[in-house]
Amino acid sequence: MNRLRLSTGGLIDRSRPLSFTFDGRKMQGFAGDTLASALLANGQRLVGRSFKYHRPRGILTAGAAEPNALVTIGRDGRTEPNTRATVQELYDGLVARSQNRWPSLDFDIGAVNGMLSPFLGAGFYYKTFMWPADFWEKVYEPVIRKAAGLGRATREADPDGYEKCWAHCDLLIIGAGPAGLAAALTAGRAGLRVILADEGALPGGSLLSETATIGDRPAPQLAADIAAELHSLPNVRVLVRTTVFGWYDGNVFGAVERVQKHVAELRAGAPVERLWRIAATQAILATGSEERPIVFGGNDIPGVMTAGAMRTYLNRHAVAPGKSVAVFTTNDSGYRLAADLEAAGVGVAAIIDSRREGSPVGGGSARVIKGGLVRDAKGGKALAGVTIAVDGSNETLDVDALAMSGGFSPVIHLACHRGGRPIWSDAHGAFLAPQDTEGLTLAGSAAGVGSLSACLADGAGHAARLAGLLGRAAQPAVFGPVAGEGTGDAGKPLWSVPGIRGKAFVDFQNDVGLKDLKLAVREGYGHVELAKRYTTNGMATDQGKLSNINAIGLLAEARGVSPAEVGTTTFRPFYTPVSFGALTGASHGKHFQPVRKSPLHDWAAKHGATFVETGLWYRSAWFPRAGEKTWRESVDREVRNVRLNAGLCDVSMLGKIEIHGRDAAEFLNRVYANAFLKLPLGRARYGLMLREDGMIYDDGTTSRLGEGHFFMTTTTAYAAGVMNHLEFCAQALWPDLDVRLASVTDQWAQMAIAGPKARTILQAIVDEDISGEAFPFLAAREVSLFGGALRGRLFRISFSGELAYEIAVPAGFGESVADALMEAGEAHGICAYGIEALGVLRIEKGHVTHNEINGTVVPADLGFGKMVSPTKADFIGKAMVHREGLTAPDRLRLVGVKPLDPAATFRTGAHILAKGTEATLENDQGYVSSSAFSPHVGSTIGLALVRNGPERHGEEIVVWNGLMGETTPAVLCDPVFVDPANEKLHA
Amino acid sequence: MRYSALSILLNGLRGNAGWRPAWRQPQPRPHYDVVIVGGGGHGLATAYYLAKEFGITNVAVLEKNYIGSGNVGRNTTIIRSNYLLPGNNPFYELSMKLWEGLEQDFNFNAMVSQRGVVNLYHSDAQRDAYVRRGNAMRLHGVDAELLDRDAIRAVLPFLDFDNARFPIQGGLIQRRGGTVRHDAVAWGYARGADSRGVDIVQNCEVTGVRQDGNRVTGVETTQGFIGCDRLALAAAGNSSQVAQMAGLRLPVESHVLQAFVSEALKPFIDCVVTFGAGHFYVSQSDKGGLVFGGDIDGYNSYAQRGNLATVEHVAEAGKALIPALSRVRVLRSWGGVMDMSMDGSPIIDRVHRDNLYLNAGWCYGGFKATPASGYCFAHLIAKGEPHETTRQMRLDRFERGYLIDEKGQGAQPNLH
Amino acid sequence: MASLIPCPHCGRRPKEEFTIRGAALERPGPDAGQAAWMDYVYLRDNPRGAYREYWHHTSGCRRWLVVSRNTATHDVTGAEDAAAGKGGKA
Repeated sequence: MNRLRLSTGGLIDRSRPLSFTFDGRKMQGFAGDTLASALLANGQRLVGRSFKYHRPRGILTAGAAEPNALVTIGRDGRTEPNTRATVQELYDGLVARSQNRWPSLDFDIGAVNGMLSPFLGAGFYYKTFMWPADFWEKVYEPVIRKAAGLGRATREADPDGYEKCWAHCDLLIIGAGPAGLAAALTAGRAGLRVILADEGALPGGSLLSETATIGDRPAPQLAADIAAELHSLPNVRVLVRTTVFGWYDGNVFGAVERVQKHVAELRAGAPVERLWRIAATQAILATGSEERPIVFGGNDIPGVMTAGAMRTYLNRHAVAPGKSVAVFTTNDSGYRLAADLEAAGVGVAAIIDSRREGSPVGGGSARVIKGGLVRDAKGGKALAGVTIAVDGSNETLDVDALAMSGGFSPVIHLACHRGGRPIWSDAHGAFLAPQDTEGLTLAGSAAGVGSLSACLADGAGHAARLAGLLGRAAQPAVFGPVAGEGTGDAGKPLWSVPGIRGKAFVDFQNDVGLKDLKLAVREGYGHVELAKRYTTNGMATDQGKLSNINAIGLLAEARGVSPAEVGTTTFRPFYTPVSFGALTGASHGKHFQPVRKSPLHDWAAKHGATFVETGLWYRSAWFPRAGEKTWRESVDREVRNVRLNAGLCDVSMLGKIEIHGRDAAEFLNRVYANAFLKLPLGRARYGLMLREDGMIYDDGTTSRLGEGHFFMTTTTAYAAGVMNHLEFCAQALWPDLDVRLASVTDQWAQMAIAGPKARTILQAIVDEDISGEAFPFLAAREVSLFGGALRGRLFRISFSGELAYEIAVPAGFGESVADALMEAGEAHGICAYGIEALGVLRIEKGHVTHNEINGTVVPADLGFGKMVSPTKADFIGKAMVHREGLTAPDRLRLVGVKPLDPAATFRTGAHILAKGTEATLENDQGYVSSSAFSPHVGSTIGLALVRNGPERHGEEIVVWNGLMGETTPAVLCDPVFVDPANEKLHA
Repeated sequence: MRYSALSILLNGLRGNAGWRPAWRQPQPRPHYDVVIVGGGGHGLATAYYLAKEFGITNVAVLEKNYIGSGNVGRNTTIIRSNYLLPGNNPFYELSMKLWEGLEQDFNFNAMVSQRGVVNLYHSDAQRDAYVRRGNAMRLHGVDAELLDRDAIRAVLPFLDFDNARFPIQGGLIQRRGGTVRHDAVAWGYARGADSRGVDIVQNCEVTGVRQDGNRVTGVETTQGFIGCDRLALAAAGNSSQVAQMAGLRLPVESHVLQAFVSEALKPFIDCVVTFGAGHFYVSQSDKGGLVFGGDIDGYNSYAQRGNLATVEHVAEAGKALIPALSRVRVLRSWGGVMDMSMDGSPIIDRVHRDNLYLNAGWCYGGFKATPASGYCFAHLIAKGEPHETTRQMRLDRFERGYLIDEKGQGAQPNLH
Repeated sequence: MASLIPCPHCGRRPKEEFTIRGAALERPGPDAGQAAWMDYVYLRDNPRGAYREYWHHTSGCRRWLVVSRNTATHDVTGAEDAAAGKGGKA
């Protein structure tokens, strides 16, 4: 262990040493360390390289705003680039690697960029790399891309799990620092349902780094005591390692809990991260404040860090920042660090206070340089000294660590996520939260409150007030007098130090410096948003948590206006970056979307079906048999067999809707374009449903099973949409109609039995007479099956053009009924057929599906013009279907197409060109909407939507598929390739 | 001031003190030949082409905020011309051709990067739709190729090929598609227009349209009345609000579309990839961030922010497509307000008054259209008749039934 | 939009349970004329501010609601059953 680790003190457990590696070097830390504190304790100051100039960088902060100390941790599918060492808890076996350097962290070729910096200023790339034009993709961009970026992401899948949940509470408290803890205790004691969330591993926030005492208790002890009481309250949930990352509408907050990011061995069955969606009646934002760096030369050299960070490493992690420390401050907080350093035995070379008057707070025995400014820090990979300007002269101090405090910015990000703009306060020298954050109250230093005692009181006070609002009497929690606290004085902002020689950074990670911001103003990009976009200030992984305020101050100086006039860029989620894993939960891989299976899925599976994804469904596509080498062989056999004998196809996934009510017929008459009012009892009818704009929405059959009882089927794809639409019509348009709707898609197993033997086979299980006379085409009735053992619904409808029926039985009986039909059909040559064969059969018959009903066709386009009732008073789509453009004669209309040479083929999606014309968009005549090899015709056939299609039967055309290099001479024809006289249908 | 490697070298040697403003900050004059409302990509491009191609330089662009503060500065930077319908396809291809020479034309490196755009398909039906689309593109001479699963795997090996709920079957690729540094487009057009005499007036919000009979005479603004001979509206996202000042209702709804960027990573994804089984598309910026998005949130909104549910849906689709994204962290989400038109296609037309011109309804496809939109709108304003590629983009197409509906979703904007 | 919609039948429920249709307009009568139908099907006020919109509680009570919402702030000020006041049973 390195001598930088203090022998006593801190919240680390010296009895639990932990081993880890950094760039392959073995190191040791203790339980309670972050990776950053452990690296510091091991004397590892150089941790990363900056984005553009590849400057050596160390550890700047002790929290979520860290711009420099980004490392890659983990291996394989658990690799996590850009992990902030300052928030990553140390665990045994942690593997960390530095990033954005080559060949090594110590010697990085990219650092040469720093020497070219006069030519690589803000926006230089907008002014060059333009010649020759194609060199951008070939030469410049690849080099730039390789040099840019930070860590390298894995290419492997994540082996671990994630989950999501909702939580509801009366009061959400974000941040478990002094204000948050006081608020939680107050509200918890009053009986409110409280959620307290904090990004740290322990509740306490700044109390954990604090040396003040409260009611004679050390600050960390107070935090532990309050946490213990909160844990004892059943109405309080404390979420540690949980970052509330966004404030959304309706007072819903997004939060991510890092459940197992700090452990060596993952607990099986528990997630790595958990996403919380917290619906809070009220919320308190007690997120504290962020200490500002100061813009001086070399402010990025390893060994320079914020004063608060140094205090955390010293007091909480028992790590000395160096042998000799200088403290550069604009406010009182630096003095308390100096006192703590001295108490820990670390030498303090000087406190350099930008204020002439100094501070009332004691900083120990260290020399105080009032009115002094650190002009430049010196060193390469480690700080070697600082040059101080005071009263016009310069002084050099040899120090190996420098703390800086440029004042504090309240952490108001969440309060600005819903459109409110922050407000500049001269008194605070900072931006405060917007005024009207209804449902969200700011407390503690997030609200600009200064001292520890004031923060405790502020948190307790707000919680008591909100409890009252929520109908609970509450007493603000009190904790006794605070001894040894700071003043909370904000100091005066110091945007930059005059006379800087070295590079002075504003955005550390993106290497945006003072000069870049000045250049932006000079070139007209002085608006805060333009400056951000032009210089990239604030666009790094820390989203400007440290840099934005200094950039605003510097822009204000350069433009000669106040920071209020410059304003801020927009605060947006996420407060800190959130993994895809957390946002995804369990919804990935095979579980990306739910699976729907037909009640006949197992039946199909046992007949060897090949399944295919259709929306959420797995549908049986074809049923290969031994010896069949391609899917086409199976499909051709199934098609032939249906036309020759019979087949059974699962059509359970069609949408099915029960429609009841006195006005059900009138209702259907209004939602369909064709007439339904007089549909006789026991009959089915094909229905065409339009949208209000006149385009066809969906089609299907609807059967009248009773005077006020109908049964509708829809296409599979539009089942949910049609149901929503019908409900809209029934509830919002015509609530006066007496009609009730119920989706019964999952309640019925439905199968098509098609082919010349269909009746014979079906009669074996149907008790009633289903002869042609007793059960003609379009008959639809409830029937008795198996001698009265079961009731089902039988429909004589045909998609294939064959003698065909669809039979529906309660879902649980589906497989047994299918088995019985297959058994009954065995002697008649029945086969199972899938949706591929179904598709071939319907194309042969010229029946359309959503291949043709694609949202841009009107009934006349598909030859259904006569179905659109001219006499009905009203139906959906009536008013718009006759517009000029929808009745134009040159619209694309349905036609058949087949190759001149039966051996030739074409594909769906190919376009149609008139014979002898050039392949241009102007000559485009339409396209093939459906195609298949037809065993019946003996060649490929297609349905096509073609200009004037119905008038062009017999015309030779070219089916053009330039995309795949295919051109097929073909002829347009009637779209009905099978039995145009419908004899088989009526057989 | 011409930008070049030499100018960078010389200025660098002189301490970079010699750079001048990229555009002036003029006070508006009392009258212009043309006033353009909206200092976004389309408005600035219109001004640029009016000045450069049609010799009309007495032009003001009025921007209520800072230039590029609308959707040109908050999109996912994708350019492509892979459109299906003849009403759209030639227009977007014109735009692609303009992109290809843009930077040399306006002397500003907008990082036009033709890295390829891949649209994946996961079913036979999707494949057929892409065959139809790819052939429509080919008929107009636009590059398109259909790649099978193996070819996709060779280019994008990290997609989920082995454990996917909706297995990838292949994809349609347009190799000339790609990405452009979005802000730079606004800046390049602004600088080019300004140097030709166009006044770009920022912080100037239009509050009313003054009309006299069948003519517009000028606009009331927060900087006073500004007269004009021709008024051009290019305020997508807020088109309805601006049109309303002229007494016009539009077939447009404003919807919010979110976009996202991850932390910067070393090169990972080389082209633009669009998932076919969920709402997700992604590319990687030169800085290393994965820039991605999904579907609109689905409700009318003028707030440039979205909701968590959509964020989750997008992330779910992203990880379903690329399992390795799991531990990649999303840095920032933001929202833009889209002019969602009733058929999903834009409107470029002279409307309502003799000298009122409308450029609206870009849905979420406005960025890629920027050069052609500017060029064709300038053509319409200057010549009084539409450019040949925008003949179908008329406002009266809704009334007359000549819709340009790529998705076939009809008059429901949140489905386009 | 809100993250939560106050369904009059189910209480406050997450927006993911709902389907949004768009402006809550009155459907014209069949003989209202082309202008009225053009307005209904295609033209929108698209206001910045108060807005009334059809939402369907698809994964809940399956009722169509008219949600009152502010398009600039996303505040939801109310939700009522679409059939209410139209003589239907809400």
